[in-house]
Amino acid sequence: MIHSLFLINCSGDIFLEKHWKSVVSQSVCDYFFEAQEKAADVENVPPVISTPHHYLISIYRDKLFFVSVIQTEVPPLFVIEFLHRVADTFQDYFGSSNVGDTLPTGQLSNIPWRRAGVKYTNNEAYFDVVEEIDAIIDKSGSTVFAEIQGVIDACIKLSGMPDLSLSFMNPRLLDDVSFHPCIRFKRWESERVLSFIPPDGNFRLISYRVSSQNLVAIPVYVKHCISFKENSSCGRFDITIGPKQNMGKTIEGITVTVHMPKVVLNMNLTPTQGSYTFDPVTKVLTWDVGKITPQKLPSLKGLVNLQSGAPKPEENPSLNIQFKIQQLAISGLKVNRLDMYGEKYKPFKGVKYVTKAGKFQVRT
Amino acid sequence: MTDSKYFTTTKKGEIFELKAELNSDKKEKKKEAVKKVIASMTVGKDVSALFPDVVNCMQTDNLELKKLVYLYLMNYAKSQPDMAIMAVNTFVKDCEDPNPLIRALAVRTMGCIRVDKITEYLCEPLRKCLKDEDPYVRKTAAVCVAKLHDINAQLVEDQGFLDTLKDLISDSNPMVVANAVAALSEIAESHPSSNLLDLNPQSINKLLTALNECTEWGQIFILDCLANYTPKDDREAQSICERVTPRLSHANSAVVLSAVKVLMKFMEMLSKDLDYYGTLLKKLAPPLVTLLSAEPELQYVALRNINLIVQKRPEILKHEMKVFFVKYNDPIYVKLEKLDIMIRLASQANIAQVLAELKEYATEVDVDFVRKAVRAIGRCAIKVEQSAERCVSTLLDLIQTKVNYVVQEAIVVIKDIFRKYPNKYESVIATLCENLDSLDEPEARAAMIWIVGEYAERIDNADELLESFLEGFHDESTQVQLQLLTAIVKLFLKKPTETQELVQQVLSLATQDSDNPDLRDRGYIYWRLLSTDPVAAKEVVLAEKPLISEETDLIEPTLLDELICYIGTLASVYHKPPSAFVEGGRGVVHKSLPPRTASSESTESPETAPAGAPSGDQPDVIPTQGDLLGDLLNLDLGPPVSGPPLATSSVQMGAVDLLGGGLDSLMGDEPEGIGGPNFVAPSAATVPANLGASMGSGLSDLFDLTSGVGTLSGSYVAPKAVWLPAMKAKGLEISGTFTRQVGSISMDLQLTNKALQVMTDFAIQFNRNSFGLAPAAPLQIHAPLSPNQTVEISLPLNTVGSVMKMEPLNNLQVAVKNNIDVFYFSTLYPLHILFVEDGKMDRQMFLATWKDIPNENEAQFQIRDCPLNAEAVSSRLQSSNIFTVAKRNVEGQDMLYQSLKLTNGIWVLAELRIQPGNPSFTDLELSLKCRAPEVSQHVYQAYETILKN
Repeated sequence: MIHSLFLINCSGDIFLEKHWKSVVSQSVCDYFFEAQEKAADVENVPPVISTPHHYLISIYRDKLFFVSVIQTEVPPLFVIEFLHRVADTFQDYFGSSNVGDTLPTGQLSNIPWRRAGVKYTNNEAYFDVVEEIDAIIDKSGSTVFAEIQGVIDACIKLSGMPDLSLSFMNPRLLDDVSFHPCIRFKRWESERVLSFIPPDGNFRLISYRVSSQNLVAIPVYVKHCISFKENSSCGRFDITIGPKQNMGKTIEGITVTVHMPKVVLNMNLTPTQGSYTFDPVTKVLTWDVGKITPQKLPSLKGLVNLQSGAPKPEENPSLNIQFKIQQLAISGLKVNRLDMYGEKYKPFKGVKYVTKAGKFQVRT
Repeated sequence: MTDSKYFTTTKKGEIFELKAELNSDKKEKKKEAVKKVIASMTVGKDVSALFPDVVNCMQTDNLELKKLVYLYLMNYAKSQPDMAIMAVNTFVKDCEDPNPLIRALAVRTMGCIRVDKITEYLCEPLRKCLKDEDPYVRKTAAVCVAKLHDINAQLVEDQGFLDTLKDLISDSNPMVVANAVAALSEIAESHPSSNLLDLNPQSINKLLTALNECTEWGQIFILDCLANYTPKDDREAQSICERVTPRLSHANSAVVLSAVKVLMKFMEMLSKDLDYYGTLLKKLAPPLVTLLSAEPELQYVALRNINLIVQKRPEILKHEMKVFFVKYNDPIYVKLEKLDIMIRLASQANIAQVLAELKEYATEVDVDFVRKAVRAIGRCAIKVEQSAERCVSTLLDLIQTKVNYVVQEAIVVIKDIFRKYPNKYESVIATLCENLDSLDEPEARAAMIWIVGEYAERIDNADELLESFLEGFHDESTQVQLQLLTAIVKLFLKKPTETQELVQQVLSLATQDSDNPDLRDRGYIYWRLLSTDPVAAKEVVLAEKPLISEETDLIEPTLLDELICYIGTLASVYHKPPSAFVEGGRGVVHKSLPPRTASSESTESPETAPAGAPSGDQPDVIPTQGDLLGDLLNLDLGPPVSGPPLATSSVQMGAVDLLGGGLDSLMGDEPEGIGGPNFVAPSAATVPANLGASMGSGLSDLFDLTSGVGTLSGSYVAPKAVWLPAMKAKGLEISGTFTRQVGSISMDLQLTNKALQVMTDFAIQFNRNSFGLAPAAPLQIHAPLSPNQTVEISLPLNTVGSVMKMEPLNNLQVAVKNNIDVFYFSTLYPLHILFVEDGKMDRQMFLATWKDIPNENEAQFQIRDCPLNAEAVSSRLQSSNIFTVAKRNVEGQDMLYQSLKLTNGIWVLAELRIQPGNPSFTDLELSLKCRAPEVSQHVYQAYETILKN
């Protein structure tokens, strides 16, 4: 399996290493650095690299590379999943403050994912239904591709060994689901009910995907006009955002990010709403829009300054859009009820819905 | 209170202070001190001086403190082995602690301390822990065995831990089962030949039960282990599939992919008619798609695997094209993989969408990606004929952008499109020529030159264009030079009058001023061709070219099948079998998909479509290169000489000797490879006189051509064996063998009279048999056979007799009569006497047939200990009418694709895998495909006989 693990930060310092068998010299990371140099962008470093004697399988999370050294034939997904779990644990442990309060304690229990003897004074169970829309919209505004990636995250603080059943108004929506191991698969197959003894604390209960095109509503539209004049050092930029199928809810937290072509020197724009920044180094334009009020649609217009003498850019920048809609699961998924068995107390229960943009791209 | 404060003490004399604190009486203080020590150790300070003091703290019932001390021990035991011994007693004691957590912790830590001296003490506690009443301890101990094995394999074997571990596979606790499997898999990796994980239906059941309840990591091990099992029939395969399917909904992508592997592998055994087969196909798509919404690293591995899956079973994802559309901020490694899969999934139904996407990608920023997108458009044109026109116009649009690398890629792919669809899109040549000057990459220049040369008659200024390239001839890369040479020769042959000077120039550049042997050789060949026979030159140079294959980048089927068995592993990422890249050169264990074996109840109609056969729209794999030379030689020889009807007159003994001897001496002069040993032994060489003469006269010419000539020589002939012992036939002993020579089969008999009376009136008759073998002439023995006399005779056979299927297939029942009685005997004839001389299949035909024959008709065999290389094998087989259609080298192995035809018209196709250059591995692997699979076994025997003699 994994022979050694190196943690490397963005500036290339190996600041932590762990060896399970024998010590593998840090120099093995040189192959990784080589690949990193070739990739130009940190995100483009290939996750599996072969070196004369080892394989390096790495992930990139929160500006850190987790590089594992492998010597035998292994399932790479096993390693990658494991590395993500290591990253999760670090995040959990270091959290917002520097070092967490307690060291993890393992306790024997019949249920591997739940420790025994859990006790709370306030017993509560909260579920967040979070849906993200991944979409590619083409120049003319029609949808090339759209799907919903949904998750139900749970925060369960219940004493003892509660046995929960969560049912939906419209479980048929869920045809492609990945479950937390605690869920009883048979019950789901036969009754479409999520029945489980939950782990203690925060965890992801299920993730699901809704892909049939007609079920995926696209809540916003973008009108855009980005053009560069031939043989001149300027161009025009004009985008407007409006609500489309928003189910009567407010769309908020809108941000538009655009990677402008390299020849763009600067942008001189006026937003009708919110504020914008343009980073001349990375060429990233970010427009923080806020929320849409249908009476006056937010827009951002102005001029683009190009490097003089450079040819007109060939590529058209794609717009990356972020937004949020509270109290709505865009797929229409609704929780029906939550029942608890096995314990006597009455828990507080709550469900929250939110829809966000995932990888939501508009081509221009 | 947080733990961070432990990391902040940096006072002087720290070690001294810590020492005091560690030896304090107060428990709290001790614990604090150990925490400080661990903190120092973690940030890399040397606190090994405190070893004895820390170890002293080990004897505590506080679990937290104990864990910390163990942590310290694991870190420093290696550098202080002598001191670590001091801790052994405590470990041994802890292994008997009433608290199972402590027992497990102790055995775990001991396994992590990689010090030889300690491992000796580990054995007894480990043995106890493996049989502990608490499952938590047992599962920890199971892993510990693997750790110990890594340190000292011999010790583990001597102590019998492997058997205990095997027993744990039947443990009642799923976690224990999972860990036992994990440990055994890890150990098995260093002992590939061991049968540590031999599974039977009972243990499979245990594993499947444990699968539902163990941790996600355990599930991966169990699934990977299941994938190595071969179910006994389709029912068992289906029931395993049913129990594995729920894993597809697991949140851990590695679990999902391992489950996919098991299903893909066992599906091979299911009949396509089963409803369940369809259900399973449907169930596979969503989890694969879901993998694509995970983190990019996971996506990458998933995509590499999906690439294999869509090649094996394109139907699974054929409706999911859109999920492979590229997002502009995907990492480049994901983009390139998605693009590859898009092309594999492209079909007439979705081509419009795909093209629109590809066009979009061609305007992106990343150069590598743009190039690949342009190439993809070309591949679509070649793959989906209906889209070719649209692809060409898209490529023209892209050329208009004048972006340099886009134009160059476009020209390279347009060349391929011309080769696939000749005389269709040549109207675009003018547009291409406009961009001549902007081409600076060798591949694009070579492509353009090829186009100019190929279509010289349609391009008015072709000579000027080519001349312009000629100016900097020596600065061009070889690829361009070769192309330029050919193009100008083509031009000359098309427009000889105006271009004589040009061709002179290029020929002298290529032959006189170049250091490159390829270029020089090609130049000389053209020169001589042109000077000796311009007409022939025209025929050769301007010959009609075969259309290019639909796709050349598909993985070769045998390799694909093997890789399917490795889904989810590094092999699946590299698309190479592990033997090709895993270090250590362990014994090569090739995995292969299970053959289809139906359970006795399920009757299958022979029309059943094969489970593994690619669906109709899957493109072919054309073996590249191949043995073109062989083809040419065979062509020259014309159709194989078919045997003229045998002379009915008997062959006199004297004549036989003469001919046989003459033939032998003729052949003796020839170098090896014509098949000296394969030739019929003189005593059996009973070639009819007229044929012998014609052979003799033709021999000297023909034999100059070496190989190819194999058709003329005879098949291998086994030494004569006694068929009818004298005891059973009142003194008549018959021994014999079968031969095949130049199209005629004969039975060479040796009759010995061991009785005391003279034998006369011989006659012979065959019973009906599988291939209709019958004597073509009566058994003619003129003189009576006196006591102790022996006569040799060759009985010509034909295959027009009546047919009846025999068991075994090659059984021949014979009756021999003489003046005394009638005697019966039966013999088995080697199948290769039935291999006919025109058994060489055309290459295209071969591919089509191979695809066409259902997979369940494929049989696999091993020919052991055959240290021959591909050429030797090929020529030896050819002399017995097994013809090599193509040869290729894959991952250092030679693959021979061969065909043969039986007298009754049955074709048998073969794939023979040879590992040259590996003297320790001399086994050949043979796959046979035939519409009448019952002959496979006998064909295999023929192979073995031919190759081993």
